[in-house]
Amino acid sequence: MTERETLLEDQPGPRSLTELFLTFTWLAVQGFGGVMAVAHRELVERKRWLTQAAFVEEWAVAQIMPGPNVMNLSLVIGGRRFGWRGALAAMAGMLALPLLLVLLLAVAYGRLGQHPAVVRALRGMGAVAAGLIMAAGLRLSGGLKGHPLGALACGALAVAAFGGVVLLHWPMPFVLLGLGSVACLATYARLNP
Amino acid sequence: MTAAPGAFPLHGWDWLQLFGHFLLLSLLSVGGALTTAPEMHRYLVLQQRWLSETQFSSSITLAQAAPGPNILFVALLGWNLGMNSGGPLLALAGVALALTGILLPSTIVTHLASQWGHRNRHLRAVRAFKQGMAPVVIGLMLATGWILARTAHDAGPAWPLWLLTTATALLVWRTRLHVLWLLAAGALLGILGAV
Repeated sequence: MTERETLLEDQPGPRSLTELFLTFTWLAVQGFGGVMAVAHRELVERKRWLTQAAFVEEWAVAQIMPGPNVMNLSLVIGGRRFGWRGALAAMAGMLALPLLLVLLLAVAYGRLGQHPAVVRALRGMGAVAAGLIMAAGLRLSGGLKGHPLGALACGALAVAAFGGVVLLHWPMPFVLLGLGSVACLATYARLNP
Repeated sequence: MTAAPGAFPLHGWDWLQLFGHFLLLSLLSVGGALTTAPEMHRYLVLQQRWLSETQFSSSITLAQAAPGPNILFVALLGWNLGMNSGGPLLALAGVALALTGILLPSTIVTHLASQWGHRNRHLRAVRAFKQGMAPVVIGLMLATGWILARTAHDAGPAWPLWLLTTATALLVWRTRLHVLWLLAAGALLGILGAV
């Protein structure tokens, strides 16, 4: 086992299905404009279920598999210790309360949606939500320390992924598969067998 | 949201067709929930005319503004489809149908794959995959934030919004300020017309 993996194995995990459900409920209801940023803070910094590096790795799996990223992340983490039941508990936690809230919001929006103050408030919150996701990306770059490819190559890959999507308008799945396979092959070559 | 003018109600078989379409999209939804949004728009709004433009775009905006995973916009699409077809009861059925359809296949595939990957985590190929993807994933995350920031810029000057987005990114990166304070500040700045 490498040092990175030992760290991963030593993390304290969820103790029960209830804890899984509640943890994911709590992080979901804080997640305005997407849960990813909050998931990182709760799971890595507060609960310490995952290290920085492990979080990035699980997030990569969650992204490359079909399905919504944060739902995939929750089911991977829930499934790790408790199998199917854990995966379902984590996903249920992620969905139940937020679903109720968003439906209430939809009903309210039907009545207030045209009000200019509501429209402007949503605009401001949208800008903040975008910043939250960028901050999560910046924080995660800390997890690249000790990466087999080295800081320079990692930085170049991240910039290429960003530029491909933002400047060249490549579809995300293509970037993920295209640049991702280059990165994986290079990493494979660098890793000890 | 109420029934939209110009949108057709769904009958019996239509619901099954909708369910099948979402099951298929679930397996294609690599890279996140919002990557399937363009295809849903084509199918629901342009081809079948089950939803109006406004219903579609407000579903996405509301799901973004509410807490919880972005995939909830699919629940709101289901809600609107049901409202167009009969009322609140059908709307709840629409929510259940849409969410189950979009989540069921991807959940099964991802769970099986992740269990396999975890059992074989010491294989060089599995380690290379997980670690190799990391820098690309981080770049994509920054890109997602950028794109979300841009979509909010339909009306009014854009630079105050960019400033707010950048300030948020830096504050969250460098301090421990709670996210809710920042969101409240964003809403307040919006209401005051500063952004």
